[in-house]
Amino acid sequence: MIEGGERIEAFQRADGRKGIRNQILVIYLVECAHHVARAIVTKADDLSVQLVGFPGCYPNSYALHMMTRLATHPNVGGVLLVSLGCEGFNRDALREAIIASGRPVEQLIIQETGGTRRTIAAGSAAVERIKAQADLAERVKMPISELVVGTICGGSDGTSGITANPAVGRCFDRLIDAGATCMFEETGELIGCEHIMAARAITPQLGQEIERAVAKAEAYYTTLGYGSFAPGNADGGLSTQEEKSLGAYSKSGRAPISGLIKPGDIPPAPGLYLMDVIPDGEVRFGFPNISDNAEIAEMIASGCHIILFTTGRGSVVGSAISPVIKICANPETYDRMAEDMDVNAGRILRQQATLDEVGEEIFAATLAVAAGKPSLSEFLGHQEFILTYKSFEAVGPSCLPLAGAA
Amino acid sequence: MDRLASSDYAPPGGFLLLDEKDNILICVGSVPSGALVEIDGALVTLPVAISLGHKIARFSLAAGDKVFRYGLPIGTMTASARPGDHIHQHNLASDYLPAHGRDAAQQGADQ
Repeated sequence: MIEGGERIEAFQRADGRKGIRNQILVIYLVECAHHVARAIVTKADDLSVQLVGFPGCYPNSYALHMMTRLATHPNVGGVLLVSLGCEGFNRDALREAIIASGRPVEQLIIQETGGTRRTIAAGSAAVERIKAQADLAERVKMPISELVVGTICGGSDGTSGITANPAVGRCFDRLIDAGATCMFEETGELIGCEHIMAARAITPQLGQEIERAVAKAEAYYTTLGYGSFAPGNADGGLSTQEEKSLGAYSKSGRAPISGLIKPGDIPPAPGLYLMDVIPDGEVRFGFPNISDNAEIAEMIASGCHIILFTTGRGSVVGSAISPVIKICANPETYDRMAEDMDVNAGRILRQQATLDEVGEEIFAATLAVAAGKPSLSEFLGHQEFILTYKSFEAVGPSCLPLAGAA
Repeated sequence: MDRLASSDYAPPGGFLLLDEKDNILICVGSVPSGALVEIDGALVTLPVAISLGHKIARFSLAAGDKVFRYGLPIGTMTASARPGDHIHQHNLASDYLPAHGRDAAQQGADQ
């Protein structure tokens, strides 16, 4: 039985958290270092050696905070930083945080190492050293209650909100019953759900914060001219933002909402959390999340070990750092793309399964992936990653009623 | 066709009522134009083909009517519709934000 978590052999980290993977991150700190970092990863030819990075040369405190959280994520065992040398990213702060986390970290500055070929060679040797050290991480049993699971929908259609999304909601309810931490996100895709969502908050003040966060998202997207609604959503039968929202909302299940977090905030106690991904202040830097992987990276930065990704039209993405489990809402899409889909929730529409049965299947798949089984996107080598410019203010105390209580 | 019910799903080719308050039905398997569909006991001929995941009107709807799915509002009708008519961006608009097409200039255009 996996129920008690007996089969999850996790990696113990110094901060007390446990990881379900032991990835080695090669991080480029500006686009100018991307090729060198990618060559190091390609040469390693190892799915656990993964490439992430930040393209911009201008510093950004959100990007530094995100990268620090990602580099010290429990699924990460060690890090190689690849800097061109003149970029604005605060590599010293990042490196010090990784050292403080007890992880092996090395840094290469291309301008000092002597160019492309020398840095790739030095990077390959560094990855071998880092991996050898990371392999020494202590293995421990991990109960379900220490799992952090996020959910996202991408390529939604008219079936998403009646099959895959409510089935993930059932899985979330089971995980939260078992003491786990779950999160859902994209307040811009919850426009129209603010009042029903606020009613589930554990305090009235938190409910008000949730309504404010959705109003902020609506104002932000109104300024940009578009909601989070893609042409494929309409092809698949969704007509309006709020129709898409109500379908997306059902991923959250029925548990009370314990807090409102922002990207990189670690939930202070188990339960269900909503992530506010819309930047604060005036609209700047463009669309909040340019595509699904930006949100996936944000949930991982907040500690997610696993992402449950529902899709109707058929997304294929995975992610660096944490495995992505794909739940296909649409049975016709599943027939075309079965090799990419871990769970076929479209069976519900063909009367081959109930919502409860598919929810149970997602729960079992989550525990299996936590115990080491690769998800299909992970097996296929998907390691997408996006990090762009944003600007956030810290959440106020009413957003996290459980902080300090845990 | 089986009777529609909110607690269980209709067979392939059928339409699903998600909540008793809803005035639209969800297609759970593509249905050709001209097909006969039973809606709340009355037989209706579908004027256009309806694809999986798309919506049809359950009742006669007028411009200005709120459309309900899951028992909750998903927008306002911009034109009238008869039972069985396709309900989509040509006759239904958001109360919050406009949706966009691949060509933003065609925003809200008929599918």
